[in-house]
Amino acid sequence: MKLRLILRRVAFLIMVVWAASTITFFIPRMSDRNPIRERFAELARTGGFSASDLEVIVASYNKKFGLDKPLWEQYVDYIGSVARLDLGVSLNRFPKTVMEIIYESLPWTIVLLFVSAILSFVIGNLLGAVAAWPKSPAWMRSVATPFIMFMGVPPVLLAIFLLFFLAFRLKLFPLGQAYSTGIAPDWSLSFVMNVAWHQVLPAVSMILGSVGGWVLSMRGMGVTIQGEDYVNFAEHKGLSGRTIFRDYYLRNALLPQVTGFALALGSLITSGAVVESLYALPGLGQKLSQAIQANDFLVIYGIVLFITMSVATLMVLVEFLYPLLDPRIKQD
Amino acid sequence: MTTATTIAPPIQPSRWKLLAGYLRRNKSLAIGLGIIFFLVLFTLHGFFAVDEARAYPLKAKPKQPPGILDFSSPEWPGKLPMGSDFFGRDMHAAMVKGMWQTALIGVIAGALGTFIGVVLGFTSAYFGGLFDTIVKGICQILTPIPVFMIQIIIAASLDKRDVTIFTMAGIVVMLAWMGPTLVIRSQVLSMKERQFVSVAKLSGVGNGGVIFGEILPNLLPFIAAAFVSQVFNGVFSSFYLAIVGLGPLREPLLGNIIWAAQSQGAFFNGWWWWPIWPASAMVLILSALALINMGLDELANPRIRRTE
Repeated sequence: MKLRLILRRVAFLIMVVWAASTITFFIPRMSDRNPIRERFAELARTGGFSASDLEVIVASYNKKFGLDKPLWEQYVDYIGSVARLDLGVSLNRFPKTVMEIIYESLPWTIVLLFVSAILSFVIGNLLGAVAAWPKSPAWMRSVATPFIMFMGVPPVLLAIFLLFFLAFRLKLFPLGQAYSTGIAPDWSLSFVMNVAWHQVLPAVSMILGSVGGWVLSMRGMGVTIQGEDYVNFAEHKGLSGRTIFRDYYLRNALLPQVTGFALALGSLITSGAVVESLYALPGLGQKLSQAIQANDFLVIYGIVLFITMSVATLMVLVEFLYPLLDPRIKQD
Repeated sequence: MTTATTIAPPIQPSRWKLLAGYLRRNKSLAIGLGIIFFLVLFTLHGFFAVDEARAYPLKAKPKQPPGILDFSSPEWPGKLPMGSDFFGRDMHAAMVKGMWQTALIGVIAGALGTFIGVVLGFTSAYFGGLFDTIVKGICQILTPIPVFMIQIIIAASLDKRDVTIFTMAGIVVMLAWMGPTLVIRSQVLSMKERQFVSVAKLSGVGNGGVIFGEILPNLLPFIAAAFVSQVFNGVFSSFYLAIVGLGPLREPLLGNIIWAAQSQGAFFNGWWWWPIWPASAMVLILSALALINMGLDELANPRIRRTE
C-alpha cells in the first residue's frame, strides 16, 4: 500500500519535470530568436570574423546541436538529454557545460536558502505559537506583530533597505559580494568568517521576508487548537503548561505547517535567486541574471529547468515526511 | 401622566457614515485604501508638476542628490527634488511615470487573470466532467513549477526591443489564472450544492439564471479578493522580472530602475537615492495591496468580521 503511494508521487514528479522541460523546449522555439546566431552576430560586431563567415558558423553549430533536425526529433533528443541531466553548453563561456556552471554556484545557493528557510520556519512557528497561547506574557505576544507587518514586502526590497541602513549608512556590513576583494578563497578560519559575515544581510532579508507568514498561520492554528476538547481535557488533567505547549500545540500544528513549507519552496527559491543577484553572491541567481544580460540562452533555460526540478523533487520529498510526523497517515 | 412619550423613529445612518464606521473597524482595509489614495494623489500632482519626458535618460544633469534634502538652497526643493540617476533621468519624473506604469501592469494582469480564472473555474466546477478533469489536472501539474521561472523563459525568448509594459502584463497573465481558477472552482463546487440553488433549479430557473442570478452575486466578495491578490501578484511578478533585467529596459518601471541602479553599483558609488525611491514606492504599493486583501478577506468571511 505504501509502495503504491510512493510510486504515485514519483510518477507525479516525472510528469512535472516532463511538463517543465516541454515548456522550456517549446516556448523558445515559438519566438524567432536564434540564440546561436545572436551570439555570433554579437561576436562578429565586436570584430572576430567577417559577417560572411557567420552563416557558415551558425550552420555548423546548428548541426552540432542538432538544430537542423525535424522538431519532433529535437524534442525527443531534448527530453532524453534532460533525463540524463545534460543541459547543454554555455554559449558565453563556451567549453563550460551548463551543469558545470550550476555545480560551481550551487553550494552558495544551498547554504543561503537552507539557513534562511530553516531559521525563518523555526522562528516564525515559535513566535506564532507563543502569540496564540493564552498563558504567554503580553510582551512575548507583541513580539510577533512587527514581523507580520513585513509580510507583504518581498525579501528583495528588504534587502535594499538593509543595504542602505546597515551597510551604506552605518557601515556595519559589507555592501555585497561573497567575500572581501583581495583575499584568496581557502578553508582558513578567517576566510570562512569573512564569507559568513557577507552572508548575514542576505540571510536576514530572506528571513524577515518570510517569518511573518509562518507567524500568522501558526497563530491561526494555535487559536483553533485552543477550543479543542483534548486541550481542555489535558488542562483539567493537570498537565503542565510546557507539556501542553509542546505536545498539544506544536505537535498538532506541525503537519499543516510542513505542508505550507513545501508549498512555499517555490517562492522561497525565487526570492533567493533575486536576493542573490542583488548582493552579487556567486549563486544560481546571479548566474541566471548574468546569463540573461549576456543572452546566454542555454544557461538561462538550464538553470530554470534545474530550479524547477529541484523544487518539484523537494516537494515530493517533504510529502514522504508526513508519515513520520503524523502516525495516523501510515495506516491509510 | 399626560405627557405622551413619543418614540423617535430609528435614524438610519447615511451610507457614508456606515462606510466610515466599517472602515474604522476594518483597520487594514482603511490603511490600505489610505496608502493607495496617497499614491494616486502623488501621481495626479506629478501629472501637473513634472514633464514625463524627463523620466528618460539624458534629460537631466546626472548623479545629482535629491534636492528635497538640501534645505540651505534658496530655491528649495530645487529643480531635482528626488535627484537624478547615472543616466540622467529626473528621478521625480521617473517615479511619477514608473509608478503608474507598474500599477497599470498589475491592474491589466489582475483583471485579465481574474476574468479567465472566473470563467474557467465556473465552467469546470458547474458543468464538471472531462473539462473539469483537464483544468484541475493542468493546475495540479503546474502548481509545483515556480511561476517566475516560466515567466523568465517567456520573457527571455522575446526580443528585448519588443518588450513593452503590455507584453509584461501579457507574460504575467499567461500563468496568473491558476490561482483564481482554483479559488472560484472550490467556491462554486460548494455553492452549487446549497439549498437556494436547488430551490432555484426546482422552480425552473435555467443554467444562465442560476449562474448569474444565484451563484455569481454570492461570489462577488471572493472575486474582489481574487482580483486584489492578482493585482498584487501582477505587480510582484513584473517587478521580479524587471529586477533581473527582463523588463522593457527603456521605461522607468520601478523594477527597471532598481535593476539599473544595482548593475551600476549605486551603493558602492554613493548614489543611495537611486534605488531607495523606487524601493520605497514598491513597498507602499505592495503593502497597500496586501492590507486591502486582508481587509477584503474579513469582508468576505463573516466569521472573522469584527463587530463594534
